[in-house]
Amino acid sequence: MKANSITVVTRRGFLGTTFSAGALVLGTRFLPVNAVAAEATWQPNVYLGLEPDGRVIIIAHRSEMGTGIRTSLPMIVAEELEADWTRVKIKQAIGDAKYGSQDTDGSESIRDFYDPMREAGASARMMLEAAAASKWSVPVAECRAKNHEVLHAKTNRKLSFGELVPLASKQPVPKKEQLKFKPAAEYRYVGKLVPITDLDDILAGHAVFGMDARMPGMVYASIEHPPVFGGTLKSYDDAEARKVRGVSKTLTIPPFKPPYAFQPLGGVAVIADNTWAAMQGRRKLKINWELGPNASLDSVAYKKTLQETARKACKVARNDGDVEAEFKKAPKIHEAEYYVPHLAHASMEPPVAVAEFKNGKVELWASTQNPQAVQETVAKALGIKPADVLCHVTLLGGGFGRKSKPDYCAEAAVLSKQLGKPVKVVWSREDDIRFDFYHAVAAMYIKAATDEKGRPTAWLQRSVFPPIGSQDDVTAKYGTFELDMGWTDVPFDIPNFRAECGPADTQIRIGWMRSVANIPHAFAVQSFTDELAAAAGRDRVEYLLDVLGKPRKIDLRPPAERKGPDPYMLDIARMRRVIEIAAERSGWATKKPGNGRALGIAVHRSFLTYVATVVEVEVDNGKIRIPRVDIALDTGKVINPDRVRAQLEGASVFGASIALMGEITAANGRVQQSNFDTYPVARLNEAPVETHVHIVPSNAPPAGVGEPGVPPMSPAICNAIFAATGKRIRDLPIKKQLG
Amino acid sequence: MIEITVNGSVKQYDGDPAMPVLWYLRDLLELTGAKFGCGMGLCGACTVHVEGKATRSCVTNMSDVAGKRITTIEGLDPSGNHPLQKAWRAVNVPQCGYCQGGQIMQAASLLAQKPKPTDREIDEAMQGNICRCGTYQRIRQAVKMAAGVRA
Repeated sequence: MKANSITVVTRRGFLGTTFSAGALVLGTRFLPVNAVAAEATWQPNVYLGLEPDGRVIIIAHRSEMGTGIRTSLPMIVAEELEADWTRVKIKQAIGDAKYGSQDTDGSESIRDFYDPMREAGASARMMLEAAAASKWSVPVAECRAKNHEVLHAKTNRKLSFGELVPLASKQPVPKKEQLKFKPAAEYRYVGKLVPITDLDDILAGHAVFGMDARMPGMVYASIEHPPVFGGTLKSYDDAEARKVRGVSKTLTIPPFKPPYAFQPLGGVAVIADNTWAAMQGRRKLKINWELGPNASLDSVAYKKTLQETARKACKVARNDGDVEAEFKKAPKIHEAEYYVPHLAHASMEPPVAVAEFKNGKVELWASTQNPQAVQETVAKALGIKPADVLCHVTLLGGGFGRKSKPDYCAEAAVLSKQLGKPVKVVWSREDDIRFDFYHAVAAMYIKAATDEKGRPTAWLQRSVFPPIGSQDDVTAKYGTFELDMGWTDVPFDIPNFRAECGPADTQIRIGWMRSVANIPHAFAVQSFTDELAAAAGRDRVEYLLDVLGKPRKIDLRPPAERKGPDPYMLDIARMRRVIEIAAERSGWATKKPGNGRALGIAVHRSFLTYVATVVEVEVDNGKIRIPRVDIALDTGKVINPDRVRAQLEGASVFGASIALMGEITAANGRVQQSNFDTYPVARLNEAPVETHVHIVPSNAPPAGVGEPGVPPMSPAICNAIFAATGKRIRDLPIKKQLG
Repeated sequence: MIEITVNGSVKQYDGDPAMPVLWYLRDLLELTGAKFGCGMGLCGACTVHVEGKATRSCVTNMSDVAGKRITTIEGLDPSGNHPLQKAWRAVNVPQCGYCQGGQIMQAASLLAQKPKPTDREIDEAMQGNICRCGTYQRIRQAVKMAAGVRA
């Protein structure tokens, strides 16, 4: 195992062991120069330490769930520091507010931490240069850091970073405005392929995921949750369960108090000396549940309710011009309804955490996207302070938003407190699928008026879905931030435009899943645009560009917040460019539909990144194959281009799963899917065969990468199916709709 | 008493013979390279070799492997340099990495039986292994690279 690996060492005072006595640690942004630093470790920043032996330790404070962030953020520090990557040790941070947000979600890691990482590296580099200058008594301008050393070219002298640590730590920390950054032309890591730091461990089976974490003396728990959301325990009989070899006892977890937030669902836990025994014991439990009001949830009826709501006037979220007046006089009116069901995240590693409650404090190892939320959630569940919760973060076997919500971590802590031993809570696949924080179902209605060229002159759209806000507010009926995700920010050049949102009851846990409300919204808007183009008999690419209109910048901020320039203004020129590139690279102009084969296109901006996707489909006897996907994206500056490609390749598969087969339904309040047989996800033979990713070179500030590839996939697939077969898919998933 | 060989060492087991090999490896031997993904043989994350053949350890009981040789991803190559591991490295296949041990074990079993697999044979052999991150096209590429067939 390599030095960079996450290893499970159970020890309180984690930071104390991160840096040796004698290393240097600085705190410019989130931490005052701090008490943690022992004499010889130099900590120029909370993210960085330099050891006298020359090792550079970079703290990875965001969670690694497959995006490569545990490598890409440290690359930025190492680049500006002029460190030798082979002498960089990456340490995973515990949950601690001093790092800033650790909620690895919203495709934000690079966007929010590009500058702090550059500043961390550059300030340490400048202090090393200043240290060398003082040692040699030469002007600092003559000293230059290069590859883990500082050089004085005139006299051909050099000092290693390690040698300079004691002196560097005594230099004044440069002010932010004094920082000098490397010119991009001198980059050695940023913008280049750097393999992920965990690669060898993963390939050898040594990488430590949450599922692999152990604490000395731990026992295993498998938890039977109420079958209906909000259900409670009436009584139970564990006599048979306790007869299972390896089972020691059963315990209960109290139900949540609304709003549900990240609290455990409650239920009965079977404790055993191995995972399998706990799962076996659980099957023998006899439980009487009070199901509660959500036992009425039925997806068929619920869908109908959402659709009926979407057909009537709803709450206005954006209103330009006068759509109604235009509808009255326009020569042609088009209407369509779209539907995307509930979806489950289904990361390959189900939720898992191990926790020990001892002396009023909790220590955990968790597969979590948000260790600070673990601290808060566990603290609240046990009535202790967040500071008394020490959360170590393992590698995550996928997350997709599910693992930002640490209900399973609180379960482990609650059980450990009852037992007086460390407890590992392992969710089964069935638990994961049946008790997720689901991606919200959405019903959408769109109406447009078009002119004689088929171009829209008025556009009305309504979206109805249970809001994520229901997690913190039992009365929440309307989406809020979800509307900024592909609904109120539709950048079409249409004089009369209205976006509305309708109310929906929440009878099941709702959460964010990879690209969130952009999934249904891009599906509806980009499908409907394709329908209008088809009705006008126009080329889809030409039509999309026409509807987007001339290059211009759109400030999406509310007028009150428009103070100073917004580097992330919606730029139609960038949006047009990704469309043109995707069209060109996919051979749009020359590949004409035929023999059940055709191309479809969709464009969508989410998480500040512009993505155009062209999908080629082949439909044969009701079966669909996706031989090729071309994705053009403009995400601003790129740190690790191979990982950007990997995220977009992955998004094409994730998006294909949503389009082709993803669907969660409930009957009598119970989710009807439970494992990969009933909740299939795309397999190797069903996924796009080839996904070609075209990154637009850009110096714009970095934007999101993990999520923006997902939303255009389902409309592009369905638009291609229409071009190939004439069949329009308006309800996802496609499943057997092709006959 | 069940006797098996795991990555070359002989082990004795006297627990419940119905325990799946996966949990024996993970919880009792602390060999965690084989992963729990579904418990029903649907996802392939738990794939190990039994007598050299890819097997879903989550649905294979200890009694089924008595007297047999088991190899896990940790034991595939002592230095982590099996031709497939090298190819996986060259192509930078993993994203989260959770399923990749199972993927490699599945592919190793395929190449042991069919050193030069066709596209169709690769699809057939690998479709039982789910990767939710969506690394499939690189998996296909790496298998071909290791087999020395045209990508």
